[in-house]
Amino acid sequence: MKHSDPKKLLMARAASQDHFRTPRIASPFQPRIEALMRTEEWYDWAGYKAPLSLWDEELEYFAIRSQAALFDISPMVKYRVEGPDAEAFLNRLSLRDVRKLRPGRVLYTAWCDDEGRVLDDGTLFRLTKNRFRLCSQERHLPWLLDSGIGFDVSIFEETRAIAALALQGPASFAVLRDAGFRNVDTLKVFDLAEFEHEGGTVTISRTGFTGDLGYELFVDQALALGLWDRLWQAGQQRGLRAIGYAALNRARLEAGLIVANSDFMTAEHAIRSDRVRMPDEIGLGFMIDMEKPHFNGRRAIQRARANGGLRHVLVGLEIEGNIPAEHAIVYHQGKREVGLVSAAIWSPMAKRNIALASLERPYGDTITGNLWVEIYAMRELRYQRLMKRAKVVPRPFIKLDRRTANPPADF
Amino acid sequence: MTSFDAIVIGGGHNGLVAAATLGKTGRKVLVLEAERETGGAARTEEFAPGFRTSSVAHLINRLHPEVIKSLELHKHGLKLDSSRFMPTTVLSAKGAPLTLAGAYGESLAGASKPEQEAWNGLRSQLFRYAGILKPLLARRPPDLRGMSFAETSAMAMSGISLRRLGKEDMRDFLRMLLMNVADVLDEHLEDDRLKGLLAFDATLGSHLGPRSPTSLLGLYYRLAGEIGGKPGAQMHPVGGTGAVIKAIELAAEQAGVAIRSNVPVARIIIENGRAVGALLESGEEIRAKTVVSAISPRTTFLNLVGTREIDTGFVRRINNIRVDGDAAKLHLALDRIPQFSDLGAPELNGRLVIAPSVNHVERAFNPSKYGEFSPEPVMEITLPSLLDPSLAPDRKCTLSAIVQYAPYALREGWTAGKPKFLKAILAQLEANAPGIGKSILHAELLTPLDIEQRYRMPGGHWHHGELQADQMLMSRPVFGAEGYDTPVDGLYLASSGSHPGGGVSGVPGLNAARRIIARKG
Amino acid sequence: MKSWDAIVIGAGHNGLVNACYLQRAGLDVLVLEKNDWIGGAATSRSLTPGFLYSNCSYVCSLFRPEIMRDLELPRFGLQVISYEGGAVFTRDGDYLANYRDHHAHRREFARFSPRDAEAYDRYARDVTRQCRFIQPLLMRTAADPTSFRPRDISELMYLGKKFAGLGATEMADTLRFWTMSISDFLDEYFETDVIKANFALSGIIGTALGPMSPGTAYVLLHHYMGEVDGSVGAWGYARGGMGAVTKALAASFEASGGTIRTGVEVDHVLVRNGSAKGVVLVDGKEIHGKMVVSNADVKRTFLKLVEEKELPGIFLRRVRNFKMRGSSGKVNIALDSMPEFPALPKDSPVYRGDMHFTDSVERMERGYDDWKAGRWSADPFLDMVIPTTLDPTMAPPGKHFMSCFVQYCPPKVEGKEWTDADRDAFGETVISQIADYSPGFRDRILHMEVRTPRELEAEVGLTEGNIFQGELTFDQLLFNRPVPGYAQYRSPVGGLYMCGSSTHPGGGVMGAPGRNAAAEILRDLSRGTKHMSPAHDVI
Repeated sequence: MKHSDPKKLLMARAASQDHFRTPRIASPFQPRIEALMRTEEWYDWAGYKAPLSLWDEELEYFAIRSQAALFDISPMVKYRVEGPDAEAFLNRLSLRDVRKLRPGRVLYTAWCDDEGRVLDDGTLFRLTKNRFRLCSQERHLPWLLDSGIGFDVSIFEETRAIAALALQGPASFAVLRDAGFRNVDTLKVFDLAEFEHEGGTVTISRTGFTGDLGYELFVDQALALGLWDRLWQAGQQRGLRAIGYAALNRARLEAGLIVANSDFMTAEHAIRSDRVRMPDEIGLGFMIDMEKPHFNGRRAIQRARANGGLRHVLVGLEIEGNIPAEHAIVYHQGKREVGLVSAAIWSPMAKRNIALASLERPYGDTITGNLWVEIYAMRELRYQRLMKRAKVVPRPFIKLDRRTANPPADF
Repeated sequence: MTSFDAIVIGGGHNGLVAAATLGKTGRKVLVLEAERETGGAARTEEFAPGFRTSSVAHLINRLHPEVIKSLELHKHGLKLDSSRFMPTTVLSAKGAPLTLAGAYGESLAGASKPEQEAWNGLRSQLFRYAGILKPLLARRPPDLRGMSFAETSAMAMSGISLRRLGKEDMRDFLRMLLMNVADVLDEHLEDDRLKGLLAFDATLGSHLGPRSPTSLLGLYYRLAGEIGGKPGAQMHPVGGTGAVIKAIELAAEQAGVAIRSNVPVARIIIENGRAVGALLESGEEIRAKTVVSAISPRTTFLNLVGTREIDTGFVRRINNIRVDGDAAKLHLALDRIPQFSDLGAPELNGRLVIAPSVNHVERAFNPSKYGEFSPEPVMEITLPSLLDPSLAPDRKCTLSAIVQYAPYALREGWTAGKPKFLKAILAQLEANAPGIGKSILHAELLTPLDIEQRYRMPGGHWHHGELQADQMLMSRPVFGAEGYDTPVDGLYLASSGSHPGGGVSGVPGLNAARRIIARKG
Repeated sequence: MKSWDAIVIGAGHNGLVNACYLQRAGLDVLVLEKNDWIGGAATSRSLTPGFLYSNCSYVCSLFRPEIMRDLELPRFGLQVISYEGGAVFTRDGDYLANYRDHHAHRREFARFSPRDAEAYDRYARDVTRQCRFIQPLLMRTAADPTSFRPRDISELMYLGKKFAGLGATEMADTLRFWTMSISDFLDEYFETDVIKANFALSGIIGTALGPMSPGTAYVLLHHYMGEVDGSVGAWGYARGGMGAVTKALAASFEASGGTIRTGVEVDHVLVRNGSAKGVVLVDGKEIHGKMVVSNADVKRTFLKLVEEKELPGIFLRRVRNFKMRGSSGKVNIALDSMPEFPALPKDSPVYRGDMHFTDSVERMERGYDDWKAGRWSADPFLDMVIPTTLDPTMAPPGKHFMSCFVQYCPPKVEGKEWTDADRDAFGETVISQIADYSPGFRDRILHMEVRTPRELEAEVGLTEGNIFQGELTFDQLLFNRPVPGYAQYRSPVGGLYMCGSSTHPGGGVMGAPGRNAAAEILRDLSRGTKHMSPAHDVI
């Protein structure tokens, strides 16, 4: 063994190898979240210690819909994709036509393996002509790097380097404006722009996971706390609240948005080969652009579409009554098992009992009538079995004009 | 702009077989050869003034009877004279040599009586088992996609015609299938020379040592080949391996196939996911309904098709093909016939092998795992000019040898390593043929790196990818392109990189053409 | 003279498992053990005052939970404690740790390669898939593909259906996986040497193959299929050493009325008219039984314990051809104090797991080259644990017991028998490797037990010291284990059965061969197997 300066070497290493002491990473916003945390309800989001709720799940939800809510999305996996071939690379990687994505715009897209099975969905930010940021639920570095073979592109992970916040809710625009982000009113939905912050920049996009008016802010982690404080201060007059995932999850469900490995299994994580899904099977068929150049999974998707290889369909359900049907089995005619509810809530906004479900075709596809869900509601140590009628309804379950209104309204 | 029914990229023997087979159906076929002449690694070339040699493939031992028959190669000048079966002699620097005469050791000279009997028993067992695999090596690999289990297993059962064996034989077959050759030899034989030879033959052209599990497959592969009606036999055709190429080429031309040389292909043109032609390096575009690539699958997909037209998982599989070769080729121009102990003409006209024992072969293999060449290499030597005097000037002699192990990715680099390796080889030769060193007029050593450059074979591997169990059948070259058709519509594979693998058999070319015909491509 | 219902030769873990199941089925079972202690290779002995060693086997992971449940091993004192981590030390003074926490694990890998850190998920997924395919086979008798009996055919159909259920791509991947080397397999996922070495070790432990040998990817599965309390792939310590496993088995056996006699060596099996009728001891005494079950390896059983004339030639040939070359040794060390590893933080969970010093696949493979040449590895691969970090019962207060599994170690040294000097030199190779990473290590050593294949053969009875009672290569798995035609625990001699690791599914302290053999025996006796709980579901 050779050590040039063993002591120094060991000290430097010790700093980088304490994962066993802190198995959960703290977000750059952790000091602020900890300060606001009352319930101590945390959960593990991709290795981060993240709040499930901070003070009251119910009220946190209403902050999204009636005031403004601040949600830390730093744990979201972020990749930087740069280079002369970045556009071509991403176009071959993902389903939608990236050539149509202008700099300063954001695209919701998904990508598949060779068999056309969805690896993940995520948002693609075109920062400049040759610079992109890809955000997703799961990690994909090997897939991205291997997809880069033959392209002049560099790909690196920047999850920890970049802090991110979602500012959502009717007052979100007003909070940004009051915080001094000039011209943020010019951002249309799916637009992004860079703004000054403490000598650096913050990238703000008019995007979100709530179906509401909202923004997402990306900033170097060193500037994270300053950004939080800037928003927090401006938001005091607007009822800005920090929220956890439980509240966000309700909002996303109302918006009809799906979550990887919750509403569908991603291709690299499914152990059972029948659990994976093609885009057409999880409601992402609209992304598939057969006119654009070759993309991963194209041949398999084409084959499946032609040969009846699409076995499932993801649908929105409206279920009679008010008892959430989470993980309930879906039946046709009350007898034949045709699928499973992946997420369900009583929607406070729509005042309906809503759900996302994965059904076996033709159910949910050509046969949409006479569907039932079997809800086992645990009430005081007894399952109360409810057989409730379910109706396939379009998503999103709520549609808010303020999400897309231009200029954004000043609530 | 001209248009063809099929373009065949690569004028090696498989490309020519595919082209000729397609041409015979009336298709308009064009072969594009990058080099000056066709033949690829099987062509015959001059390596020193007046000295010619078959380049990489210097023996014929598995040219498939169906290829010979369907292309009527005899009519086109192929002379396979069964009196020219080459015996194999295992050299021994210290003791007496051992000679396997006939097709593959029908008789054994120089071994003890019990050893001869043991060999006869093992020999017939090996041929019997290789014979079971033979049909599997002739047809398209089983299709895992469109098949129910019942069909697949029925096919596997009939394919390997296991039922012909008795129960105990069947059990031994199943047990031995994936064994290492060294253990099998130790179970039957005593003679180090004989075991050394068989170990050498099993591992020739692969990155395996005789003690590596599955290495027996290499021997089966060899024994499943036949020439002149004799399984396991080998011969040096009149005019060298190049003469075989000439015959196939004539068959192709007679079938109306156009052959163009000196036309390297830059890209396979793909439109809407379909191969529609080839773009030459010269900028010329040639269109065709079907494109057949009879070159390395790796080059085909990574360079000619390009990763943009195929999927990431497939690119991964292609990149994972182990293509680094371990075999080097030595050509010596000698000013006289070398003396290998006191071997007579029949033996000198045969194949001479330096592989004194299983352990020797294994020791030669060891360094190749770490990017080092064998300090005491093993080799297969032929003296082609003895059989075909036209290959060397009068009274002079050519020596052609395949030498292992010479890893493609030599850690020190081949620039530094080549002279050292040549020295190691010549030391082995000198030990077995004293004085040979002084008779060398010219020496040409082709390392896998040289073979890669000269014959456009990535890794310099004559099988276009290791022929090991995990790269056979439906995993050859990769799953997704295993049945000669590929993810790219209209693009077919026809090289040794496809099932069943390399050696001058013509089977990949024949099978690819048949697949195209079946799919009306 | 008493005639037992069954005589089990050898009180190794499989012999005891087998005996337990037979006894619980109502048979009157006698277990004979040649040593004065029980356990075979799963034993804990005190060789120096105050210390208990796991003399041979040292890790509890493969032992089937179904067997623990049936035989009530927790009730009879078995406690298993999971490893908390593990590490490979690197030559530049660093280490690569394995942590149980998924994210900590990923971040640790990311220190070496961000790509490899993220590649781990796909790797784990693919290995899990292969395990799920194989695992149900462990607790089933291997079907004979050359047989046309309905039972074999239906078993083959079951396998075929399972295989077809994988889907085309996974089928192709599975076919490749089975014949790949662990090195090639890892190359398809990872780029970093130490990370590959970290996983490659599972492909070689106990085998006479190097990580570059085809077939070692399968061996990896063999080591991943274990589970400790439902946690698949977990490795753990048995409290009180591995002898605790066989101690609990013996207690369970005796509680159900079984008899164990130690210090009783069988000379040969008594065969009359082609059927086993009992055993003859070395002192000439006969013990009669209606059947005999041998826990000894297949070579010892049929080349030493049964007279040649009782066996068909083809069977004998196949037994002789069975490969069981020893490839590993063991060094057990009593330590005066806890050794220090400066590379490792003092509070690291790695101390409570397994540690290794081989940081590249090449080093591992070179170690194997030495073995092929008939030498022990000059730079051996060690699987080192300090069980006393979790189980203080094995040493006096403040002192520690260290177990080093060592590979490669040949059955003979360059063709010659081991000498004591060879053994000591081998031990020194191990100590010097550890001392390279742990200053002052030598000074802490109180006592050492060095075991080469010679000791394993002499004491435990493992022919050539092979810890799996037979190499785990394709030609010796499933219907070929131990020999074609006799892979269902029966033998050519009526009433003589095999239940050791020489039989399917092979070695490791798993218990499955013992249990599967019991199931076949009870089937032959038309006895019920209600006391055997079904194999765990893999859904």
